[in-house]
Amino acid sequence: MLKDQDRIFQNLYNDLGTDIISSEKRGDWTNTKDLIDKGRDWIIDEIKLSQLRGRGGAGFPTGLKWSFAPKEVGSRPHYLVINGDESEPGTCKDRDIFRFEPHKLIEGCLLASFAVQAHVCYIYIRGEYFVDGQKLQAAINEAYKKNLIGKNAAGTGWDLDIFIHYGAGAYICGEETALLESIEGNKGQPRLKPPFPALIGLYGCPTIINNVETIAVVPTILRRGGKWFASLGREKNTGTKIFCISGNVNNPCNVEEEMNISLKELIEIHAGGVVGGWDNLQAVIPGGSSMPLIPKEKCETLTMDFDSLVAEKSGLGTAGIVVINKDQDIIKCMARIARFYKHESCGQCTPCREGSGWMWRMLERMAKGEASKDEVEMLGDVTKQIEGHTICAFGEGSSWPVQGLLRHFKDEIKKRNKFDPIVKENKNIPYLVDQHLLDKNA
Amino acid sequence: MSLRRPAKEQPEKFEFNSSSLEAANAIIANYPKGKQQSAVMALLYIAQRQNNNWIPLAAMKYIAKFLDMPYIKVYEVATFYTMYNLAPVGKYFVQVCTTTPCMIRGAYKLVEACKEKISENESELSSNKNCSWMEVECLGACVNAPMMQINDDYFEDLDKEKTLKILDKILKGETPKPGSYRGRINNEPENSRKTLMDLKNA
Repeated sequence: MLKDQDRIFQNLYNDLGTDIISSEKRGDWTNTKDLIDKGRDWIIDEIKLSQLRGRGGAGFPTGLKWSFAPKEVGSRPHYLVINGDESEPGTCKDRDIFRFEPHKLIEGCLLASFAVQAHVCYIYIRGEYFVDGQKLQAAINEAYKKNLIGKNAAGTGWDLDIFIHYGAGAYICGEETALLESIEGNKGQPRLKPPFPALIGLYGCPTIINNVETIAVVPTILRRGGKWFASLGREKNTGTKIFCISGNVNNPCNVEEEMNISLKELIEIHAGGVVGGWDNLQAVIPGGSSMPLIPKEKCETLTMDFDSLVAEKSGLGTAGIVVINKDQDIIKCMARIARFYKHESCGQCTPCREGSGWMWRMLERMAKGEASKDEVEMLGDVTKQIEGHTICAFGEGSSWPVQGLLRHFKDEIKKRNKFDPIVKENKNIPYLVDQHLLDKNA
Repeated sequence: MSLRRPAKEQPEKFEFNSSSLEAANAIIANYPKGKQQSAVMALLYIAQRQNNNWIPLAAMKYIAKFLDMPYIKVYEVATFYTMYNLAPVGKYFVQVCTTTPCMIRGAYKLVEACKEKISENESELSSNKNCSWMEVECLGACVNAPMMQINDDYFEDLDKEKTLKILDKILKGETPKPGSYRGRINNEPENSRKTLMDLKNA
């Protein structure tokens, strides 16, 4: 288990208070000026050395992303945008950062803004987190009052303004370009990439977009050194991560742990074990609902980091672990996830808009055992038609969980959905328009 | 995509009152000059708060003029995002999360409770006209599942019995206490915390 002094979010459970005085006691804002005095290149190099990867789901190296920002500020100002539109089912880590560690985030904003030469930072918070957003706003006001942000922030000579922008219940706005559209006052439909936001982003200006957790760990990395961060976890999957363990466990919780920790340790030690014992485990969704599920056999030895989960054809995503035990109907669980995607598709690309509803309807039928056996193959085909044929990664996000289900629980689906619609039974299948031709009484 | 339609009965006129106006101007100042359109989402929220938690078409027209942008663009935004209520909802607006992490911990029991206490169907006012409920997608409090949101506040770690008690309170017009209903502190593992113990005991 990770040593307590190596945990970045000391106030994850709010033992210490969230105001600026208690935050300073934990080390926030202690030597911000010294860090900034070391220069832009030092900050970016240190983040590169730490091998920090984005905590929002895709795991893109943060130092590399920052170095994409133009070196010189031209006629267009630079922006920093913080993505706090945390809507992935199974994930609730950013909420705790807003609530309990707001000053880590605000200080991170200052350091990151300096590194990418932005004077304005927007924090995009999902609308449902209004109360938590108000707590962050209170912390921002505190920081303004103490002149830690604003003109000549923290005595560094850098000017920074931080504004909160509330979303309004659209999952798709967690996609970075949809988020930019949303800030610009449009409906949140993703843009084509390239051009990438680092060159043409918010209002057509260079924009760096990072997840809340990514930015909130930056001050600690710079204080303790990139080497320290890189010494945790393993090569290319370094540092600590907040894991959210939900579902059928005895003590669902958020916990900060080292990367590459074993899944069994997370569930058994931190979350108090699976309801009904480890043998009652059916499957685990390792990284928020978009990631394919992993069956019990593989959970024994699985370690939680970006690369080892990719090797299992899944992904770490946001590290929202949903544990599903054998008391649950796995097809129904996935049908509910498919309904989520059907509801949240932005409607821009046809494969996703139509396909997500199609997958949901098929899975609902399959859960009830009303699908034909051909439909099992057809469902796989539909997922392939969506994946890779959409502007944003939402297409993958909606089809991967279904593919995961098909990969590991195909037998279960086939067992439940046996009938052959054409030859043996005369069930009313909506897509078989020629079924009347089989009517023997005709 | 979700299907969303404006209410049939619409008020004729809408105007910001003075406190809304002040809030709206403060928000517009957050964005660069000429980019006042960015404030449309925040202004829709302000209109919604002023107008008993729903947005009439007149408010969208008003905001379009206010921000100097086409009405259709405001309408587009208001119909795209699901948190803008296009038809009247109760003074207490109950949203029950039923996405998988909540579902497998019994979210549909909460839905049953809402059906018993408030109304048989979603988005329908209760008999005393001050409550309505609906099923929503993930609200981002998965480790506190099952949970629901009433207006701005989260009610976590519920079961059917506790939900019935909360609903009784709001039907009487009282304000129940938000947070966990199993007495646990925030997101810590209940009674089995293994980390940051020094701080807990400090």
